Amino acid sequence: MTALIFLIFAGIAVFCGISLVAQTHPIASALSLIGVMGSLAILYLQLGGEFIAAAQVIVYAGAIMVLFVFVIMLLNAGAEGTSLQISNFAKYVGIFLLAAFLGLISFVIQAMLPKTEGVVFGAFRDGTALNIGRKLFTTYLLPFEVTSVLILIAILGAMVLARKEI
Amino acid sequence: MYLWLIPILPFLGFLINGLFGRRMPKSMINVFAIGSVTLSFLWAVKTLVGLSPLETKYIEHYFTWIQSGTLNISIDFAVDRLTAVMLMVVTGVGLLIHIYSIGYMAHEDGYYRFFAYLNLFMFFMLVLVLAQNFLVLFVGWEGVGLCSYLLIGYYFLEQFATNAGNKAFIVNRIGDFGFSLAIFLIVRQFGSVDFTKVFDAAKPMPTEASAGILTTICLLLLVGAAGKSAQLPLYVWLPDAMAGPTPVSALIHAATMVTAGVYMTARSAALFTHAPIAMDTVAVIGLATAIFAAIIGVSQNDIKKVFAYSTVSQLGYMFLGAGVGAFSAGIFHLMTHAFFKALLFLGAGSVIHALSGEQDLRQMGGLRKYTPITFFTLMCAGIAIAGIPPFAGFFSKDEILAAAFERAPWMYWLGVFTAGLTAFYVFRALFLAFFGEYRGHHHPHESPASMTLPLVVLALLSAGGGFINVPRWLEPLFPVKTEAGNEWLMYVSVAAGVIGIAVAYVCYIARPGIADSFTASLSGLATLFDRIYNAFIVVPVVTISRVFLWRGVDAGLIDGIVNGAGSRSRGVGNILKLLQSGNIRSYAAWVVLGSVLLLLAIGFGGATR
Amino acid sequence: MPTSVPMSWYLILSAILFGLGVAGFIYRRNIITVFMSIELMLNAVNLTFITFSYTLKQVDGHIFSFFVMVVAAAEAAVGLAIILTVFKNRDTLMIDDVSSMKY
Repeated sequence: MTALIFLIFAGIAVFCGISLVAQTHPIASALSLIGVMGSLAILYLQLGGEFIAAAQVIVYAGAIMVLFVFVIMLLNAGAEGTSLQISNFAKYVGIFLLAAFLGLISFVIQAMLPKTEGVVFGAFRDGTALNIGRKLFTTYLLPFEVTSVLILIAILGAMVLARKEI
Repeated sequence: MYLWLIPILPFLGFLINGLFGRRMPKSMINVFAIGSVTLSFLWAVKTLVGLSPLETKYIEHYFTWIQSGTLNISIDFAVDRLTAVMLMVVTGVGLLIHIYSIGYMAHEDGYYRFFAYLNLFMFFMLVLVLAQNFLVLFVGWEGVGLCSYLLIGYYFLEQFATNAGNKAFIVNRIGDFGFSLAIFLIVRQFGSVDFTKVFDAAKPMPTEASAGILTTICLLLLVGAAGKSAQLPLYVWLPDAMAGPTPVSALIHAATMVTAGVYMTARSAALFTHAPIAMDTVAVIGLATAIFAAIIGVSQNDIKKVFAYSTVSQLGYMFLGAGVGAFSAGIFHLMTHAFFKALLFLGAGSVIHALSGEQDLRQMGGLRKYTPITFFTLMCAGIAIAGIPPFAGFFSKDEILAAAFERAPWMYWLGVFTAGLTAFYVFRALFLAFFGEYRGHHHPHESPASMTLPLVVLALLSAGGGFINVPRWLEPLFPVKTEAGNEWLMYVSVAAGVIGIAVAYVCYIARPGIADSFTASLSGLATLFDRIYNAFIVVPVVTISRVFLWRGVDAGLIDGIVNGAGSRSRGVGNILKLLQSGNIRSYAAWVVLGSVLLLLAIGFGGATR
Repeated sequence: MPTSVPMSWYLILSAILFGLGVAGFIYRRNIITVFMSIELMLNAVNLTFITFSYTLKQVDGHIFSFFVMVVAAAEAAVGLAIILTVFKNRDTLMIDDVSSMKY
């Protein structure tokens, strides 16, 4: 069951990723990215990261991507003139090479890792909001505060940059 | 007793005149300058009267200057009989020359500057004379060298004057180097620079028959004295120093500064008497200088140059006296020489003033009609320097010659010959200037009273100064050997003087012109040492500097390195700038490449193992 | 097919997504698409963090991933503002046209 879910959503993620790179119109790319994020959220859930999965959907897919879509619409970005200029050689031999490269990578990764038991949904129980909150406010307090300052700076920067007269 | 007042009063005069003199009227400058020296003179008199009979040395300790381990150097002033003589000479003759300068420098620019420097000189000279240890003496020594430079280069807009100032200072420096080495050796040997400590420690030491530590110290002291007192081979600065105003020549280069070397030698008598080799060297150098300078003096046509070489020659006499052991005779001659040499220079200044700046003897003549006071006083000085009794020069010169005869008769005969030459060239100058017909184009006039009054006072001192029995006064310090009763020595030296005057009379009054070609042929000797120095020292140094150090090292090597570094950087930059293509995608590609390399490095660096 | 998924599969997926992100970053000409490729790369990294957090049985990976999201948000905001400014001044969205920093 776990494996099935993984394969389905991993496939969706890869498909959306390829579509992100291959599409000409930015809006299509944005929608593909949203698809990637969604499937990744499912995978996080499988890995026991319930808080992170929720944050992914709310913040990433819900806020950041919406911002992207707004900007695309504001700028009235159209499709790129020409799509990727790929020669025939690259199209056929390149795909094969890419597949081979990926196979090699996967083999190396698999060989390098220590043999542990696989991922089972529900085995990791510590990813709750309670636990993360606890860690955030004790061990990782300083980075937490620093990132809040960072966000403040980003707000200021964005406000200044997006003015009518810069 | 407040000994420190004696030098400080002229120093205050220097400060006031130096800082505020530019805006003060001449009368006020005079008040401060002359007043400070007068007060210093009076205070010196009062001190000496108060301290008489000065059987023992009177020391005033002020404060510790240097304290380092076992070495303890303090600022002390001391007065003993030798200091008393020097104090009177320096302040007395200095005062007369200050008064003279009022008239002589009346029309000069920078009037206040002259008197400020002159006061500063008095300060340093008095520090030198009052010093109780070698280091304070050296401070005064250096200070008078500085003032000499400032005053020789007084007419600083003249290239010749500034060159002469530089020459004086640099040649003095060479002597000072020897003096410094001597002080270092004294510290090493005796552990102190204090006169009392050093001389008391030296007394029981054995007399060195061959070169030892005391001989080395004394020879180095001689180097210093030779630089300051213009002995061979470091005399070359004195004739050029005549570029300064005449009162400067009188005070510094006749009466006081150049005598500092003789004073220092006399003060260190306790060291010299233990090193016969050094004493002989002093005597030989003194004698050689005396003869050499006298020969050159015969050939000079500038009245001040004649007297300059005469000073060098008479300083040689003083060193001869010190070298044969007659220190008191040397100091006696120092005093009488101060009188008649200052008089000669001031008189020359009066003549120059009368002729509105003319200094060439060939343009003078018959001046006794126009400047009678100057003529009369200068004749007194001439007789004194020729050693004719009862004038002052006879007594002192005779003492030296008698002591020289005791040491080695050939020294005596050479000294007599030089005495004859001295009489000859001095009277040559006097006859050329005052007798015959006036050969120049100016209108001679007598000098003002401010100038003639010091001349008269000095003439009286030259005439009667010999009766101040300095050797007997200095006897506790320098025991006088009893005379062997060689009366004929005296007669011979007087006769030499008379013969010299007679020959001069013949050559310049009775039959003028017969000696001119002979005297002209000697003029090449004057530049002999300058030419030697130029060939062996100046030219090599300048050549090495110019060719090797300047072009080779500085322009070639250092500039090459610096410029080369610059151009190398530019070359590297030219290559690196090609990265900045402006194309963002290529930047992105570089980023990816960099991260791949990083991953490879981590991977192969074993971080994953 | 085992019921548990080996951890390596997640890592391989992450690598694939990262590689796709790099490809888009280098090859696309539209600025906004380049930006989105960057976001894709960040997501891939997040997956890796969560995976290792599961493997090591610690929650710190989740925390790290949380911070990555925060920073990505800030960066997206500022980056898009910059894109707006560039568009206002240069009137183009092709990064090849923004090359006035040539030496």
